[in-house]
Amino acid sequence: MIKVLLFAHLQEVSGRSIIELDSVPRTVRELKEQLEESYSLPSLRGTLVSINEEFARQEDFVKSGDVVALIPPVSGG
Amino acid sequence: MWLDHLFEICDESICLSHVIEKVACSEAGALTVFIGTVREWTAGIRTHCLEYQAYGPMAIKEMKKIGDEVRLKWPGTKIAISHRIGLLQLKEEAVVVAVSSPHRKASFEACEYAIDRLKETVPIWKKEYTEKGSEWIGGTR
Repeated sequence: MIKVLLFAHLQEVSGRSIIELDSVPRTVRELKEQLEESYSLPSLRGTLVSINEEFARQEDFVKSGDVVALIPPVSGG
Repeated sequence: MWLDHLFEICDESICLSHVIEKVACSEAGALTVFIGTVREWTAGIRTHCLEYQAYGPMAIKEMKKIGDEVRLKWPGTKIAISHRIGLLQLKEEAVVVAVSSPHRKASFEACEYAIDRLKETVPIWKKEYTEKGSEWIGGTR
């Protein structure tokens, strides 16, 4: 299982701050596709992904037990 | 809420003097502070308040990386950053960056660099509540 954390507009649109996935996708790209299809999220094209609090690339692998976060373009400051 | 010695995400007013104390030292001849505050008017639209949200543990990690970059680019500098989350009213302080260095040029440059990097890499988001409605910034623009 992997945990996916949602923030900002993604949290509001989906109505949840955590999604738990039983079937683990292989790559970050596949994870984003699965989330877009299954959880009625808006396009994640401009959204970065972190794995265990480090930014990940599209082709990085996700494994069971990872904590993943969807990171829309940041706007702090 | 989330705290490293020099980097902090908090849900109450930032204590300015506390941030300054973290970088003040006898080797420094300059101390630059940047304070990001809640602005009322943006492109002719009136803001009522802002809400900030952070991915706390990762935000601290990314701020520490900025600190590493700053110390590498400007040796001898010390840097501390505090960012507030939650609901903020006009004029309130959202972020404080404090940099000390032996000479002033480095502290000015490093302070600007740090706030620019924070706006690029640190997972913090703001929601604007304006006279036109409310919107998370970044995600939809």
